[in-house]
Amino acid sequence: MSAPIPVRTPPRRSATFDEHSIAEIQRAAATGIYDIRGAGTKRKLPHFDDLLFLGASVSRYPLEGYREKCATDVVLGTRFAKKPLHLKTPVTIAGMSFGALSGQAKEALGRGATAMGTSTTTGDGGMTPEERESSKTLVYQLLPSRYGMNPDDLRKADAVEIVVGQGAKPGGGGMLLGQKISARVAAMRNLPQGIDQRSACRHPDWTGPDDLTIKIQEIREITDWEKPIYVKVGATRPYFDIALAVKSGADVVVLDGMQGGTAATQEVFIEHVGIPILAAIRPAVQALQDLDMHRKVQLIVSGGIRNGADVAKALALGADAVAIGTAALVALGDNDPKLETEYQALGSTAGCYDDWHEGRDPAGITTQDPELAARLDPVKAGRRLANYLAVLTMEAQIIARACGKSHLHNLEPDDLVALTVESAAMARVPLAGTSWIPGAI
Amino acid sequence: MITVDLAETSVRDLNQRLHKLPKDTNERAWRVVNPKGAHALVAGLDAPIEVTIDGHPGYYCAGMNKEATVIVNGHCGVGLAENMMSGEVRVKGNASDAAGATGRGGLLVVEGDAGLRCGISMKGIDIVVAGSVGHMSAFMAQTGSLVVCGDVGSSFGDSIYEARLYVQGKVESLGADCIEKKMTPHHLAKLEKLLKRAGIEADARRFRRYGSARRLYNFHVDNVDAY
Ligand SMILES: Cc1cc2nc3c(=O)[nH]c(=O)nc-3n(C[C@H](O)[C@H](O)[C@H](O)COP(=O)(O)O)c2cc1C
Repeated sequence: MSAPIPVRTPPRRSATFDEHSIAEIQRAAATGIYDIRGAGTKRKLPHFDDLLFLGASVSRYPLEGYREKCATDVVLGTRFAKKPLHLKTPVTIAGMSFGALSGQAKEALGRGATAMGTSTTTGDGGMTPEERESSKTLVYQLLPSRYGMNPDDLRKADAVEIVVGQGAKPGGGGMLLGQKISARVAAMRNLPQGIDQRSACRHPDWTGPDDLTIKIQEIREITDWEKPIYVKVGATRPYFDIALAVKSGADVVVLDGMQGGTAATQEVFIEHVGIPILAAIRPAVQALQDLDMHRKVQLIVSGGIRNGADVAKALALGADAVAIGTAALVALGDNDPKLETEYQALGSTAGCYDDWHEGRDPAGITTQDPELAARLDPVKAGRRLANYLAVLTMEAQIIARACGKSHLHNLEPDDLVALTVESAAMARVPLAGTSWIPGAI
Repeated sequence: MITVDLAETSVRDLNQRLHKLPKDTNERAWRVVNPKGAHALVAGLDAPIEVTIDGHPGYYCAGMNKEATVIVNGHCGVGLAENMMSGEVRVKGNASDAAGATGRGGLLVVEGDAGLRCGISMKGIDIVVAGSVGHMSAFMAQTGSLVVCGDVGSSFGDSIYEARLYVQGKVESLGADCIEKKMTPHHLAKLEKLLKRAGIEADARRFRRYGSARRLYNFHVDNVDAY
């Protein structure tokens, strides 16, 4: 007996109109609004996972794993600032605003970073006294919105970061929806409570690199040339943006790839604008080298950094330090499986929760609700972050020693190979087992 | 009166000297000559002193000013008194673009005209312009007052929040969510007081008032054209 021949073709899903695309069309039709969410891009992109370290061999000599020194310190802002920052690990905490994050989360970031001798950064909402107090080294952001900007905080900061763009939304402004504009957040931003707050995408008082040069000069004058001045850009045209930031007088440039997290951005923006960090580092380093500024103007990269291997790879490609956002929040307690029931009640699940813009975060991190925020213990969460930063640093050291390097900064592109043709072309390292770097001349 | 000649002293030295002054300093009266377009002149002041500048400063003159009074006998470059916190800045001539941008307090008086984006993103500052202002003025203006005795360029008050705008002359066009509002006795009294404080002679009753329609405060799909 043979099986009956089907009279109809079985249902077939379209690769183009896949489940997600269809659901999005239906959602858009029902609501009339684009999707807004937090976190970074969720699609698969060429990333650090596509690179491998070669390690020592007959021709290279490794360092003894536990005993031989492999330094991790980094000095940021050596070009013009009278007081450069000395950090013990090249892993810094990226700018995330009070407003997007609860006061408790900001304090926890400060505690964790301080315990590990690294810096944390304010965000699009000004500096809170709690974060200044809990952070030994605090970078103060100057953003297009200028919320909370004031010269006293500028002078209290250890460095100033002029934000031109962010990897999650290069060319876009900030967004904080009404439900997160509590009385305190509203007061810090000089805005009414409860309204959707759209922050500008362009700086109000300068346009273009010539103006930026003068703006930097003003900030230096106000702070008496003491503080390092960073310029942060989203990864789009890294060669030119980094060259122009250097030309404008930056001490440090921050390059944020499209994987970079955000507190609230349109999904279409997160997924379709900008380039992956893997593709951005080499052109940025090239710009620094062409200007004879590599290691003189320090490069901090971010966007999807998760483990010590990512850190080591970013440094090997030429960065001086990295910054983490999403991973730091996860270390504090974001997307904890223990909260599964609550994530489900919000229509999500642990590991996927990204509605950071709604202010209903059961972990108490991306919220302004006092009850939810009180769930996060800044001391314990700070400790978790410190643990995580220690692991990132140690993991990077393990790799560096295996490559025979006595400092993380001695890692170099020669230590790397690529697993895919795309990543070989983007990172400008050979495809594993070959000497082929696609696109190299 | 202490006179500093920028033909002989650098802006850096001048600013440093002014920043070091204690709040209760006796050295309260300063005069700066030969600015010749220098940028960031007297930026970051933080004491109740009075500085008179004879000549034309460049960008960001009196940037982030706190407490000090700065008088400019000349024209100013971009970003005059940007992010001012308190005190008073007065320009006898014209000001370029972004005058008073993001200012959070104090009084800025421009006796001539101001360029584009005057009062952009203002957050509490009071700005009085005796002449006219350019395109995109009071863009995303949050709080504070902008008074223009002359005319205003296009897209005035685009995406405005709670700032109060008063114009005596013509408004080329209003930006998204900015509307003309009724001049109540309360607003008239405020405007009269502000003109007086600024030392600008004008009849408050001849001004019109503009502000936010508050229609874009929370996203709604039917307003999509306005975003
Ligand atoms: C909750 C949250 C808030 C953020 N707020 C800001 C901000 O205020 N200013 C800014 O420059 N970047 C902001 N960012 C971006 C981070 O500074 C950083 O570029 C990014 O998180 C790095 O990528 P990663 O999240 O993959 O580590 C934010 C990111 C997150 C996750």
